Amino acid sequence: MRDLLITGAQLADGTSADLGVSNGHFVAPSDVTDAERIDADGLLALPGLVDPHTHLREPGREDAETIATGTLAAARGGYTAVHAMANLDPVTDTAEAAEYLAALAARTANAEVIVIGSVTKGLAGEQLSEMGLMNRSAAAVRMFSDDGRCVMDPLVMRRALTYAKTFDAVIAQHSQDTRLAGPTACCHESEISGRLGLAGWPAQAESAIIARDVELAQLSGGRLHVCHISTAEGVEVIRWAKARGVNVTAEVTPHHLYLGTREVESYDTTFKVNPPLRTDEHIEAVRAALADGTIDMVGTDHAPHAPQDKDHPFDIALPGMIGLEQSLAVVIEVMVDAGRLDWPGVVDRMSAAPARLTRLATQGRPIAEGEPANLVLVDPSARAVVDRDASASKSRNNPYHGRDLPDPVVATVWAGKVTHRR
Amino acid sequence: MRHLLSAADLSLAEVTSILDTADEMHTIQQRQIKKLPTLRGRTVINMFFEDSTRTRTSFELAGKWMSADTINISAKGSSTSKGESLRDTMLTLDAMGTDCFVIRHGSSGAVAQAAGWVRAHVVNAGDGTHEHPTQALLDAFAMRRHLGGGGAEAFAGKKIAIVGDLLHSRVVRSNVLLQRTLGSEVTLVAPPTLLPTGVDEWGVAVTNDFDEVIHTADVVMMLRVQRERMYGGFFPTEREYAELYGLTPERLARLKPGAAICHPGPMNRGLEISSEAADAANSLILEQVTAGVSVRMSVLYHLLGGSSE
Repeated sequence: MRDLLITGAQLADGTSADLGVSNGHFVAPSDVTDAERIDADGLLALPGLVDPHTHLREPGREDAETIATGTLAAARGGYTAVHAMANLDPVTDTAEAAEYLAALAARTANAEVIVIGSVTKGLAGEQLSEMGLMNRSAAAVRMFSDDGRCVMDPLVMRRALTYAKTFDAVIAQHSQDTRLAGPTACCHESEISGRLGLAGWPAQAESAIIARDVELAQLSGGRLHVCHISTAEGVEVIRWAKARGVNVTAEVTPHHLYLGTREVESYDTTFKVNPPLRTDEHIEAVRAALADGTIDMVGTDHAPHAPQDKDHPFDIALPGMIGLEQSLAVVIEVMVDAGRLDWPGVVDRMSAAPARLTRLATQGRPIAEGEPANLVLVDPSARAVVDRDASASKSRNNPYHGRDLPDPVVATVWAGKVTHRR
Repeated sequence: MRHLLSAADLSLAEVTSILDTADEMHTIQQRQIKKLPTLRGRTVINMFFEDSTRTRTSFELAGKWMSADTINISAKGSSTSKGESLRDTMLTLDAMGTDCFVIRHGSSGAVAQAAGWVRAHVVNAGDGTHEHPTQALLDAFAMRRHLGGGGAEAFAGKKIAIVGDLLHSRVVRSNVLLQRTLGSEVTLVAPPTLLPTGVDEWGVAVTNDFDEVIHTADVVMMLRVQRERMYGGFFPTEREYAELYGLTPERLARLKPGAAICHPGPMNRGLEISSEAADAANSLILEQVTAGVSVRMSVLYHLLGGSSE
């Protein structure tokens, strides 16, 4: 691995610096030898981004994504670490499955892969999975989630929060009441769903579970993370819980920051996602909450699907959209350019906060000599029309296709290695 | 006209043209020899992903009486995320040189999606709980004859009450859109649990009290309670529903003289409509069925008749 010399980069705090990289760490520029030079004049150098919520589909659906392609998409999006959700086949619910995933990632990944275990065996919502053994395994699992499904049983949720405390793990919940959102629900319940004849998820199917879970987090003293919050009501519950000192964090996806319910009027299943795209008042609420810190971080919920799983009627097609490559673009568009978040804020919401979630030692760290060399070089003014066929992901369910967006990621360095360079 | 996907796609002139042509078709239907050569050599595939007797038969007769080669495909059960994708199914049949697809599908939006994938014309024969535009057209046809014929002015200022399971009804969505074009005054009646979200923004009156409108309506359209879609109990019991929202003999007696009774069928007698009302002299229910064939002949004519592409 060659040393790197990155010249003229501007840091998030506004200062400029030349950065040396050697042996996976930042070093003084004078300490590199035979270095590959990257001219970063006019570019921002930010710590590598960390995604708390990624679906890599391997093992199980390698036709939709693999660890290699998913993490290459991550690198193209400026990410140096992703948390791999447990809804794989087989489900990551044993130490063996977790170690297999970690070993596979060590061989093929283009970013650090942090393994998430399931909360319950087979995601069935009934019996706790072997959280302790997963934690003690080589994969050292520190986050558990049944994402894709809500842990509906309040007793199971309470036990999970209580049990995971022993090893300081966090329970990440897909907050959605499966009764309030009936079996055919497939979009946000609104005037649009009524007109289109689609069964909707009311916002309260999300906020009611968040309200229940923050109470259980307080009761148990456990750590709760709310995945992909999408509603104004959910945001209000988080705000209230944080004011009471509940140990809770929340993430918002780029698509919930940017896209609205109106997208489904064409019945284009690219825009079917769970939780669903919401209406303007919810979009405004999650933007404001990300700005003021009520929502702690951005999580992509990158959810690749093969075309044969999307070319169905709207209520039958699988939910989910990809997002790793355009995540920073969306945050720049709706937060930075709109004056709602400065660059240190971006670093916090997209790198430091998600790294803190699972106590990562080598991610979300400042750019400074001696620190692990994870960084993304950003051109904040570049723009491009998104082309889904230009993606590193194996899947094409890209909701940003054809849209003019920032095109910020010039280069990504993970542990001293260039994983993407434009 | 390339497709008929939504009643909202039709201008007043188009609706009038379809209904006027249907009048001519209706006359032909009364003859002993019903066959017209109009669509000879054209192929119409009726694709029913969901069970249907009357709509499928109605479209089949319409196609056959126009001399189109008509094929019925029952594709029920093929529609799951595990089976062949809707896209592949449509591309396959389109590749055989079909001129027109008439599609019934249990999923809202599926017919519009299909129309985006094929070269052929597409008629929406009912998609999920979204729309059923030929039903709204045949309702308008039967109503227009009842209201005294003529053009669109037959509907001006007429009061139409649509009563029942609005949430799951594709008939109501198409009727609201079509009647808006025709200029009648629609009132929707349902228990609050069976009102679609955002119905207040549809530009029609909405009430939970059937008795508020029973004596002023010129047409009362009763909708079927869709028992198969009753997830989670939308009303306490069928007895209570029939009492509060059914067209009972008592309400039948309070109808404005000459008011018409419609029902798109199939009926739940004794639930949303009493037998007395269904079989009343001013019931248009069988005329609606007859109108169905005339209107569908007219729709096929409008889509396929003039073109020689």
